[in-house]
Amino acid sequence: MHPQLNLIHKVKHIVVRFCGDSGDGMQLTGNLFAQLAAELGHEISTLPDFPAEIRAPQGTLGGVSGFQVELGEGVYTPGDKADVIVAMNAAALKVCTLGSHFNHPQAHFDEQFSLYHRHAIVMVDTDSLTNKDLEKAQYHTANPFEELGIPESVQIVPVALTTLTKEALKDSGMDNKAMLKSRNMFALGLICWLFDEPMEKAIHLLEDKFKKKPALIAPNTKVMVDGYNYGQNLALSVNQIRLESGASRVESGEKGRCTSIAGNRATAFGLIAAAEKAGKHLFLGSYPITPATDILHELAGRKDMNVMAIQAEDEIAGVCTAIGAAFAGDLACTTTSGPGLSLKSEAIGLAVMAELPLVVVDVQRGGPSTGLPTKTEQTDLLQALYGRNGECPAVVLAASTSANCFDFAYEACKIALENMTPVVLLTDTYLANGTSIWRIPTMAELPAIKPQSVPEDLKGHYNPALRDERGVRYWAYPGMEGYEHRNIGLERDAERGTISTNPENHEKMVLARKQKIEQIANSIPELRVQCNTDSDTLLVGWGSTEGHLHAAADELNCALAQFNYIMPLPKNTREVLSQYKRIIVCELNTGQFAAYLRAQFPDIKMEQYNEIQGQPFAVERIVAYGSKSI
Amino acid sequence: MEASQFKSDQYVRFCPGCGDHAICMALQKAMAQIGVPTHEIAVISGIGCSSRMPHYLNTYGFNTIHGRGGAVATGVKTSHPELTVWQMSGDGDCFAIGGNHFIHEIRRNVDLNVCVFNNRIYGLTKGQYSPTSAKGFVSKSSPFGTVERPFIPAQLVLGAGGTFFARTLDVDMPTTVDCMVAAKEHKGCSIIECLVNCVIFNNGTHAWIADREQRAEHSIILKHGEKMIFGKNNDKGLAVEIDPQTFVPKMIVVAADDPRVLTHDATQPDPTLHRLLALMGQNLVTDVNSQPTEDSLPIALGVIRNVEAETYDQAVNKQIADVREKAKAHCFDELTATLERW
Repeated sequence: MHPQLNLIHKVKHIVVRFCGDSGDGMQLTGNLFAQLAAELGHEISTLPDFPAEIRAPQGTLGGVSGFQVELGEGVYTPGDKADVIVAMNAAALKVCTLGSHFNHPQAHFDEQFSLYHRHAIVMVDTDSLTNKDLEKAQYHTANPFEELGIPESVQIVPVALTTLTKEALKDSGMDNKAMLKSRNMFALGLICWLFDEPMEKAIHLLEDKFKKKPALIAPNTKVMVDGYNYGQNLALSVNQIRLESGASRVESGEKGRCTSIAGNRATAFGLIAAAEKAGKHLFLGSYPITPATDILHELAGRKDMNVMAIQAEDEIAGVCTAIGAAFAGDLACTTTSGPGLSLKSEAIGLAVMAELPLVVVDVQRGGPSTGLPTKTEQTDLLQALYGRNGECPAVVLAASTSANCFDFAYEACKIALENMTPVVLLTDTYLANGTSIWRIPTMAELPAIKPQSVPEDLKGHYNPALRDERGVRYWAYPGMEGYEHRNIGLERDAERGTISTNPENHEKMVLARKQKIEQIANSIPELRVQCNTDSDTLLVGWGSTEGHLHAAADELNCALAQFNYIMPLPKNTREVLSQYKRIIVCELNTGQFAAYLRAQFPDIKMEQYNEIQGQPFAVERIVAYGSKSI
Repeated sequence: MEASQFKSDQYVRFCPGCGDHAICMALQKAMAQIGVPTHEIAVISGIGCSSRMPHYLNTYGFNTIHGRGGAVATGVKTSHPELTVWQMSGDGDCFAIGGNHFIHEIRRNVDLNVCVFNNRIYGLTKGQYSPTSAKGFVSKSSPFGTVERPFIPAQLVLGAGGTFFARTLDVDMPTTVDCMVAAKEHKGCSIIECLVNCVIFNNGTHAWIADREQRAEHSIILKHGEKMIFGKNNDKGLAVEIDPQTFVPKMIVVAADDPRVLTHDATQPDPTLHRLLALMGQNLVTDVNSQPTEDSLPIALGVIRNVEAETYDQAVNKQIADVREKAKAHCFDELTATLERW
């Protein structure tokens, strides 16, 4: 490497990937760095990417855990590929370099599959490239860089991370194993130097992170600061990077009102806020399932907010306990992923038939069956819309950023309580585990929620079929004197509310339940077109792909319509779609939303672009598709 | 209160002669005796003949889906422990499709009063064998006889750590009412196995004890604190004997004046004796080929087990109250104030 001046490159946004063994603390390091970046005023978007195994054998390819973050301004996604890689061992280096081809014998760096660009900076722990390490990671030669065919344009920065960490802690009295656990902090310090970020905030964050284990604060801080200072030694060979975004990004009025939040946590917060606004007791019936379990964790810990979170004996009991709580007058929710949604289908049908408010959160993952439990996909859309017996309409919403999981969880509760219906909220692994910046709302700012109630003059004459002018049935529940009634999963008489098998009545009730869902379109916002609205081309997406499609639409200089309301659709959907010559419906499935839209608007021509790899979209591939003329 | 106050305006659609009529009337009587007003009662059911019950009671009711009554009832009671919650179920609803919810409501000790109508047959689907049908039982879905071993409900309840188990018979209204009242008074998951006759598909399934002439000889009504005496002439008693070789205890019939005659203690936490009592005569219902003999043990009716333990609904609500008392944040704005902000 040639000695050169310590130049500082200025960039708008940049992608960093931390990559190591699943025991190396990569998620923690990545999260700390992302949080630091956010605190310093950058926009962030993160993508944790971890193996399904809790602990694969150390140093093996199956155990590689990654955390990618994009920071800067105009950040919509965690980025397709990294500009900076931190590889903690030989296996991580291989996985980052070869991407999805890491298992192919004789595979070489190929920018199409690699997790980093050909001009990336790759920091690698040279202490973790011993013959034993290389063997575990299935290298065939003693020179990993050559074997992987890493091109010269990639700037490899070898750092003896392990040695340097041990050196930093030599006086700490810690044992070898404990010292090695701090390697990630050395890497974090080094990255902070690379981005020319001040250390004070990072130290403060570290103190906060370890506040429950104060003994860890001093050694980890020491290692991190040593990592930062070591960066000075690299100054001759590596250029520092300065992001142009920063403090200015945070508008003055918003100061102190932002945080970074993962989608699952945002979802939990949305449910909590809605319950408080509605004056209802929040009940969660749930069963552990990846990647939804963090919502259960969060709510189980929120007894201070008066949340009752039940870990049920199975998925069915999760939804059924919630239905019981809804019958008894609570704001009731159940959280799950695709396989759990399948198990809950019959009970969701019960909530449709009994016309009870119920929020079902489906954090989608790769399917079918057990599928890809830790990966992301948008393949439960049709299940959410139609996966129940009978004519069984329910509201379907989809969140589109980690932070707006809050808004749509809140909205799901509002719609459920005001319209006496189950609402399925679709998020996915990408949103659930990823983080984005959340502007924290106050309770006063949030829209009112007016749970359906029952007029007093119905006391003594109430039955569960009585509806208001919108077609929404009145809600009375145990404890209310004079409103005793029997609710059912059987068809009910439209007037008396009792069991009925009358043919005309059944048709009337099927239509009444359908109409009840359709009228919700009157109270949801219209579809808003983003990016270049004057273009002839419209990208259409739903849910978690918003960031990627926004970035793609910007590059293609075309328009974007991203749907959050799926059932019912916004009222102006036809009007929007009919304004564009070319419509490309982009989804992480084989075309479920496209099929749904085509069924509603058979006269509107739509193309579709799909990826089903368990990963978020790659912006460059959407752009490549969109640039092709038809 | 009067039983009539608990009757709904719905025509009771059980088959004429069905044992469910008797259980329905017994429940209305028991509710009147208990005295909780109709609006503070929720009756939850799954699917099956038994699960029609909520329609005939003038309380809050919810006739849900097959097997899931227990889970729905758990949600109602846990979220609203102030309500009195009954669950109506059958041998198919509770022991087959709803088996998981059944064992878990017992394990958690949710304060529910559960009536399981055991007629050893699927009635509403017109006559298939159930998990309590005797081995070899011929039905529409077992034309050559079942090859399955049945559940003995008491074993299941005790195995799951049950705190209350009673057994009653459709034709014995007073015992049924007594068991229901005791179930309500018991804080925890109270299981009442109601032996009912299905006049259409399994007529006479409980004839061994349902027959008025035979009942006194073939059954014993256990009452807490009373000697275990039975027989037409109250001349028989129950004692326990331990096999000197195997140390296995078993129930034996002795003369009523034998000093070994046991006094029933339903509140004994150790379930060993309750199990022996609950299993008496059950060999007769587990295999179609079992024939009663003159020295067959009587089938135990009444409240067999009734012990107190913390209930799930109480524990869940107490934990929330305890945490809230010590918590710094109590509302959303206070919660978000604790987040790292910039």
